[in-house]
Order: sequence, then C-alpha cells, then structure tokens
Amino acid sequence: MNDSEGATPQLELRGITKAYPGCLANDHIDLKIMPGEIHALLGENGAGKSTLVKIIYGVLEADEGEIFWAGNSVTIPNPHSARKIGIGMVFQHFSLFEAMTVTENIALGMSGRQDMKALERDIIEISNSYGLPLEPNRQVYTLSVGEKQRIEIVRCLLQNPKLLIMDEPTSVLTPQEADKMFETLRRLSHEGVSILYISHKLDEIKALCHKATILRGGKYISECDPTKETAKSLAEMMIGTDLHAPEHHEKPDSGPVRLKVSNLSINADAEFGVDLNAINFEVRSGEIFGIAGVAGNGQIELLSALSGETTCSDAEAITLDGEHIGRLGPNPRRDLGLAFVPEDRLGHGSVPEMMLTENAFLSGYSRMALLNSGFINNGSTAEYAKEIVGKFDVRTPGIYHTASSLSGGNLQKFIVGREVLQKPDVIIIAHPTWGVDAGAAAFIHQTLIDLAEAGAAIVVISQDLDELFAISNRIAVIAEGRLSVARNLNEISVEEIGVLMGGTHETAEKAEALNAI
Amino acid sequence: MSGFDWLVPVFLTVITAATPLVFAALGELVTEKSGVLNLGVEGMMLVGAVSGFITVLATGNYFLAVGAAALAGAIMAFLFGILTLSLMANQVATGLALTLFGVGLSALMGQDFVGEPVAALTKLNIAGLSDIPFIGPILFGQDALVYFSFIMVAVVSWFLYKTKAGLVLRAVGDSHNAAHSIGYPVIAIRYMAVMFGGAMSGIGGAYLSLAYTPMWAENMTAGRGWIALALIVFATWKPGLVLVGAYMFGGITILQLHAQAAGLNVPSQVLSMLPYLATIIVLVLISKDESRIRKHAPACIGKIFHPAA
Amino acid sequence: MLFKIEKRPEPSKSMVYLTPIIALALTVLCSIILFEVLGVNPIEALYQFFIAPLNTTYEFSELFVKATPLMLCAIGLSVGFRANVWNIGAEGQLTMGAIVGSSLFIYFPETDSVFLLPAMIILGAVGGAAWAAIPAFFKTRFNANEILTSLMLVYVALLLLSLLIHGPWRDPAGFNFPESQTFSESADMPILIAGTRMHFGTLLALFAVLGAWVMMARTLIGFQVKVIGEAPRAGGYAGFSQKKIIWFSLLFAGALAGVAGLSEVSGPIDQVVPSISPGYGFTAIIVAFLGRLHPVGIFFASLLMALTYLGGETAQINLGLPVAVTGVFQGMVLFFLLACDVLVHYRFRLNIARKAIS
Repeated sequence: MNDSEGATPQLELRGITKAYPGCLANDHIDLKIMPGEIHALLGENGAGKSTLVKIIYGVLEADEGEIFWAGNSVTIPNPHSARKIGIGMVFQHFSLFEAMTVTENIALGMSGRQDMKALERDIIEISNSYGLPLEPNRQVYTLSVGEKQRIEIVRCLLQNPKLLIMDEPTSVLTPQEADKMFETLRRLSHEGVSILYISHKLDEIKALCHKATILRGGKYISECDPTKETAKSLAEMMIGTDLHAPEHHEKPDSGPVRLKVSNLSINADAEFGVDLNAINFEVRSGEIFGIAGVAGNGQIELLSALSGETTCSDAEAITLDGEHIGRLGPNPRRDLGLAFVPEDRLGHGSVPEMMLTENAFLSGYSRMALLNSGFINNGSTAEYAKEIVGKFDVRTPGIYHTASSLSGGNLQKFIVGREVLQKPDVIIIAHPTWGVDAGAAAFIHQTLIDLAEAGAAIVVISQDLDELFAISNRIAVIAEGRLSVARNLNEISVEEIGVLMGGTHETAEKAEALNAI
Repeated sequence: MSGFDWLVPVFLTVITAATPLVFAALGELVTEKSGVLNLGVEGMMLVGAVSGFITVLATGNYFLAVGAAALAGAIMAFLFGILTLSLMANQVATGLALTLFGVGLSALMGQDFVGEPVAALTKLNIAGLSDIPFIGPILFGQDALVYFSFIMVAVVSWFLYKTKAGLVLRAVGDSHNAAHSIGYPVIAIRYMAVMFGGAMSGIGGAYLSLAYTPMWAENMTAGRGWIALALIVFATWKPGLVLVGAYMFGGITILQLHAQAAGLNVPSQVLSMLPYLATIIVLVLISKDESRIRKHAPACIGKIFHPAA
Repeated sequence: MLFKIEKRPEPSKSMVYLTPIIALALTVLCSIILFEVLGVNPIEALYQFFIAPLNTTYEFSELFVKATPLMLCAIGLSVGFRANVWNIGAEGQLTMGAIVGSSLFIYFPETDSVFLLPAMIILGAVGGAAWAAIPAFFKTRFNANEILTSLMLVYVALLLLSLLIHGPWRDPAGFNFPESQTFSESADMPILIAGTRMHFGTLLALFAVLGAWVMMARTLIGFQVKVIGEAPRAGGYAGFSQKKIIWFSLLFAGALAGVAGLSEVSGPIDQVVPSISPGYGFTAIIVAFLGRLHPVGIFFASLLMALTYLGGETAQINLGLPVAVTGVFQGMVLFFLLACDVLVHYRFRLNIARKAIS
C-alpha cells in the first residue's frame, strides 16, 4: 500500500456540491484516495454517499467543485469517460440486464465493440484468477445474488481499473460470501488499485479499510483511520447524537401460540419467484420472531402467503389463534386480527399518489369500521389518519397530502402506525427499518417491542442481522424457500446464521462448517 | 407440379396482403424492443399511405413516394416521442391519441384524392429466378417493396442479435435504469427506435395505397395497424416469426377473397370478420402461456423513464 | 438542455384543472395555422366552429343530442382507464347495444306496450356489456391484451350490423335500402323539449354522470378501482381482486356504451342503419381524458367535443371546410392535453449555467 504523505492521490475531490429540490445532497465535500488504498465512505441512509459516488462515476453532474485524477483536474461527464480514465463501479442495485447472458452484460458495461468469443475467454480467465467463477453463457435471471455481484466486479476488472467503487456490496451477501469478497478486494489493493468502499456496517469497515471519510446530512464530517476507532466512536460520528438501544425486557415465559405455520408449501407463480417448501414455525404471545435471510430466498413469497395475497390450498397450513386461515384472503385475515407491513412501502404498503386519508382507509376500513352502508365515511377516515399521524410522529404538512410526499422514515412510521392502531393480535412486518433514518428506526423498534409486551405475536422478516439481534427473541433463517429450525437468540451466533443463509446446496460442506463453529 | 399451378396466384396475393403487416410489425418490434409501446401504428400507417399516394400523384416517382411515406411515419413517431419520451406522457394514451390524430389528419390530407387511380407498383421479375416453376413467380416475381420487406427482416434480425448497437437497444428495453447507470443515452436510443418504427409503419401504409389497392380511401388500413401489434405478441418479439405470422394473416385475408370469388354461400361480412376473429384467437392462444410472454417481452415495455438521481 | 424536468413531490392540484385549458388554447392556436394553410380566414372559421352552432335554441339542443352518446361512453371508459383497463372498443359495444336493444322492436314491431322502451334500454345495456365481457373473459382467463381484443371486436360488431341490415333486418317496404323500418312511437326515446331532438337518453347520460361521480368518490368499489389502477400490488395488499375490477370496469363501460347505442337508434336516428355512430366510441376516449377521467369533467368535455362535431358540419356548409378537420381538431386536443399533463407531475426548471466541474 502506498500511503506516504506527499504522494499524489489517485482521486481527490474538492468542494463537491449537489443540490436537489428541497435538499442539499452534497455540501462542499472533500475526499482524497491514495493509490492502493481501501477508503471507506461511511454514513447513514440519506447522508449523501450515493450522490457523491454517482458524481465520481459521471452518472450525475456536480453543481460545484473540482475532481482531480492522479493530480490532474478532470471533468467526468458520463460513465463512459469515467471508465476510460480507469474508474469502475459496482452498484448497490445491480445495473444488470436480467434477460441477457453474462457475456452480453459484461459487453454492455464496456466501451466500444467487443469480439464476443474473445470476451468470453477473458471472462473465464479473470473470474477464475480472482476466485469469482462465472459461466459466460448463463442468463442473469438464473443466477444467485452473489453471482450477479461477481458479474459487476468482473466487468470492472476487465477494464483494469485504477479505482473501484463498491456501493454497499455486502448488503446482499452472506457473511461467508462477504469474507470471500474482502479477500478479492485486499488482493486488488496490493496490486495498487484504489477502492472506495461505501457502507454503514462498522465492523466490516474496521476489518477492511485503511481510511474512512464520514458524511452526515450531505456534509463532510471527518476523516479517520477506522482501525484505530471503535465501532461506537464511528457510529457516533455517523449518527451525530448518541442513540440508546431499544429497551428490551426479558421475554415473559411463553404465552399461548398465536400464529402457527405448518408444512406451508407454495409454488411460485412468477417467473423469477421462489417456491416455498414445507415451512414450519410458531409464534407465541409476547414474542418477536425474526426471519433472517438474503433477499430473494422466498421472503416475498412467505409474506404474501401469510398476508393472504397468495392463498394456500391447505386451510390448516396457517393457524391464527386456533383458527385455520390458509384459504382466506387478506381482509378476512385482518378481521381475525392479523396485520402486515410489506417490504415495499411505496406501491405495496401504500398507494403513492393517494392521500394519507385514503392510505389509512386502504387496510383499515374493515377493522376500523370506516364504511357506512357501502359508503366511505370521510369523517372517521380523517380522524383515523390524524390519529396515526399524531401518535406515530409522522412529519407531514397534513393528512390530505400524498404518501409519495413523505420521506421514507415518515411513511414507514405511518404504515406501521396504521397497522398497530388496528390492535392486531399478530403482526408480520418485512424489513421494518430498511432505508429509514436512525431516529425513526429506533422508534419503530420500540413500537414493536411494546406491542409484543402487550401480548401480540410479531414476525419480523429482515436482511439486517443487527436489527434482528436487537429486537427478536428467536431467529430462523430462510434460504431457497426453506426455513431453518428456530433458535433462541442466546443459542445462535452470527456465523451460524451466515452458514444457514448460504442455502441448502453443499449440505455436507455446511454441516462441516457448522461443526467447526 | 403443374397440378398446383393454380396456387401460384394465391400465394402471390397472400404475400402482397401480408407485406404491409410485415413492415408495420417489424418497425414496431424494434420500437418495443427498446422498451416503448407505440399504439399509434394504425395512425402512422394511414398518414404514410396518404403521403405516399399524394407524392405519386404529384411526381409519378414511386421511389420518392415510399421515401415520403417513411418520412411522414417518422414525423408522426417523433411527435409520439416528444410526448412519451421527453414529456413522459402515458404511452398507451399517447398511442391512442396518435391513431385518432392520424385518422383525422390522413382524411384531411387525402380528401381531394379519394378515388383517384394510380398505377400499381410494377412487379420486378428477377431474371432467371422467376422462371423457376412454382417457387419462381412467388418469390421472384414480386414488386420491389416485397423484396425490401424480405431484406428488412434479415437486417432487423442481424441488427438486434449480431451488433453491439442492437445489444444496447435490447438492453435499454430490458432495464432502462441499468442502461442509464452504465451510461447509455436511453432517451436518444428510444427516439431512434420509435422513429424507425414510424418510418416502417409509413412504408407499410404506402404499400397499401401504392401496391395492394392502388388508391386512397379514408381509413383504408382497416385495423391492420392493430393486427400488426398483435402479430408482435404472436411472434414473441422475434423478427423471423413476424414474417411467418404476417403471411398467416395474409393467407386469411386472401382466403376470404377467394371464397367470395368461388361463390361460396357465406355472407361477405362473415368472411370479412375472419382476420379480426383470427387475431383475437391467436392472441388468446399465445397469451395463455403468461410466463412465455413475460420471458420474451422487453421488461421495460410501456414504462416511463425519468433519469432521476 | 435548457430546461430540467423535475418530479414534483406530489401532483399539482391546480395543474390538474389548468392543463385542459392550456391544451385547448394550444389547439386553437394550431388550428389557426391549419385554417391559414387551408386558405380560410381563421377568425371566420373559429366563429363557424364554436359560436355559430349555438345561435338558436334548436342548435343548442343539438349539442346535447351529440353529447349524450359521448358522455355515456366516456363515463364508462373513464372508470376502466382509472383501473388501467384499456377498453378502446366502446364503438363496438355501442353498436352491439343498438343491435341487441333494437332487436326487440325488430322482432315485435306491433308491440305498443309502455314497457317496450325500458326493455329495449335494458337489452341495449346487456348487449353492450356482453360484448365487453368477451375482452374481460379473455383478459382474466387467458391474459390476452384487452386493447387489441376490444378493438378487433369493433370491426366484428360493425360487420355484424352490416350483415343484419343487408339481410334479415332490411325493411321489406324500404326499396331495398339497407335500413330497418322506422321505430314505432313506443320504441322511440321520448323528446324532452318539443321542437328539438333532445331525448330521454340525455337524462340517462346525466344520471350516469351523477352516479359515476358518487361511485368514484364515495364507495368502496370506486376506491378499489382507483387503488388497482394506481398501484395494483397495494390493491392486492388491501385484499382487492384485480380480476373483479377488470370485469367490473369492462361490464360497466359496455353497458353504458350499449345504452348510448340504443338511445341513438331509438332517438335521433329512429331506425337501424349501417352506420349508427360517427365514431362516438373513439371520440369518447378523447372526452374521457379531456375530462380528466372525472365525471364532472367528462360532462363538460363531451359538450365541447359535441360542439366540434356541430362546428365541423357548420364550417363545411358555410366555408366548405372538409369534415375531416373535426378529427384533426379532436386529435390535437388529446395530444396537447397529454403533453401538458407533464406539468401535473413534473415541473420545469431553467437549467442555470452554473459551471460545475472545470
């Protein structure tokens, strides 16, 4: 690694500023990355990390500021010119074309014309030499998330980059897959490639990065050496105020079983869907049950089966307080005391272009009695919406504004509030704090814990292991449509969960790994 | 072989009946591959038909006429592009508007020319080849636009599946966000695809007014633009299958004419319904397999692209 | 680019009302150019188009005669469009309504029961709804695109009408003209104002406007239609069935278009002829959009589009302008409206030349 003072930085940003209507996404940000340095860009959701890297990669144009590349001032008007000078980027949301092959995808990410046969050979060579095996002729939609990420990385490597930008690369990987990727990154660093590593996961930044730049609310906060900081000090720089963890009283001794899922199997109807395979679990009153797993392993299908958006052929597959509800649709289930918060807030949990009153009516009309002999009772609907906004601290100019006008955190509070106020016996909630600011996340966690303590049974489906460890009592892992046996929180480690997240293939290897732990 | 010689004129007419569909469907296929659904094919064909017809009346030059039709179709498609690509209007509604506008505009442009005759596009016999029995006159005794339609099927296939530009066009239709983040000019690419579609629809329309029934009549496309749209679904977005589908529909149209000529005791209206009923049946049979459609349809079709952050 | 287009955090309410007016203004502007090209004095042409047709009470009543089928069809279509169900076959549903409704008179011409007309109206609605049920069935059962199926069925319905009127339904005393016998009084729509052609169908249309308004604003089914159209997955989450909404919106639109068809044949036309409608079912698409898919807006939009039909006729008689101008005019209105709609969801910003990275 070349980190001596006085050497020319590979990339230097001075005073980068970018404004959106109503928000300053980047406010005079400075950044310096030396050749071969792994540099973390650390910040919460909305801190301006993504905007900054899009400016570096030429996807966005800065309003103000200068970029220096190996000491020379440059303009990067578009990604083509970024690639030309040696910048490669791996996106958080992959920029892949599902219906095309691996080779076609890689060709699209490279400038100029390619000889497809030669490219195929290069892909095999590079991917094997860096331990990122790929089959050039597979269609992307048949690949796992980890394999998709390999395409992005190989695509960058084929162009011999001097700077590799990785945007939240581990959010979709199992801990083991992440470790493998770290090895690749360290090796690249040794070869002199600079890496800009964007994340909010403190542990991996401490383990991997040489330097860290911290952003908060669009502003540059500080630069530090993450190996010399504690996770706590990094978090405080990132969040600004010190947050208290949600209060979690010890789980009362097991109450009665409220939700029981037995042998739930459903064939996916969508082309890229996952089949659910003999899922079993039960959740007791007062309990928070966490379901971990890498996205795309059946979470969406499981939630839809639990909510009734997909009905089961077997009524007894799902039991609510002793009642068989497998064949019921969402509304009869709601009437029996089930509530749901889907993963996608805009477009699934709410109608973006409809007002908050209408969105309150959406799932609440039956349980909150908002219908008056077939007609919508506007008065009580408005009251209900006001109650949600008031009790759940939803920041909005008024209940007659659209759901799309709310920030992610406020909309999530609104949706959670809408469900909680219906006094559910069982609530199923997917990714409760995904993309939500830390304050709102803590509020939502506390709400769920309070609801459980009041006797409800809660199922939390999440990719965020920290979140699950913070609030759940028991955890199971979903992989390839199968659910592992649930374990008490104090009986399972992150490593074990990671192995389970890896899925059912390579079972022998996995059993070995589990024994080794 | 000679026993089937009576089939030669039948096949000849099948090809002429199908050629407008080949052009229109092939153009719209490229448009849809880029992720844009333009329901204005009928309108663009009509404006192309009338533009081509007027040009021939004015100049007598068929080459110019086809060029004028292509240009008129492309201009109509450009209007569609401004609305849906630059101003982000709903593609379905805008396509309907384009058709309604095209019906009105072509009627206005052609009102003084209704019923005026022009000579049909001449058949070019390719020396030597057209003398081959049976196959010869069918494949090599056609007019220039038919040969052009053959060529275009090959060109479009080659472009979409063998060139980098075609790969990029398909990529834009598969995921405009990914294409944008890699750095492809999504909007510009779609403008080109949409205008190519318009030009081809225009030529398809001109084939009607210059070769198939050499005259101009209001609404003379009689739903062919819509049938072309259905053909693309039938062909699961593959250029070669478009050709097959178009000839099937051409066959049904011609069957209808020949049945009437043969004095079949079926009311002409019932026979005229056949192409429309066939379209419905084909659509139903093809769409039944939902996953097959989803696998082949461009994923972004009809979706609005706004290059936000 | 000189301008940047930015998404508004929420749709602008004022623009929802303003854009139809801007669109009309732009259309008038463009038609002035069009009239110049056609060699007519634009002021005179605009007068003939928009003012002259309203000079007398009779002419004013004609506005409602023409607006009635437009209103009925557009109200039905607007519900479908709200739900993202693209039924563009109202013309065919209108035709089938006319055929099925008038069959009662054709086969029982001697009946003078007071129930004849009500029964014909109901049959008209049934005929239109049945025709719309075909795309609904194909869409829900086989996933076939309703745009194409409903449109193909327009041609089939028109040919069916032609078949009947050139065959079994032709008036034997009609000198071989392709027309049915004229309707008896008990099969006629009652006239609302003596001396005009304004008929009971107009009341039905107004009733449809009011009914649809209440339905969309205040009932669960109206709410379901809006949710399924805006965000189908949110609809599934709320437990609303997409298939049910597809069926509902197609049957609703078909029934109203069927009533429109019947009220044409037993109203102003008074017999079954090969051409019942000058494209009302297609113009209704424009009416629905121009009225912002809102029943009250549709009421005004249908009057405006009716005016273009009348104005087109007046301009043809007085200025020799081709009737086709009406079609161009209608097409332009919809074009400009869709173009202006960008202002509802987005705003334009001047791209100030702040030089960024040097």
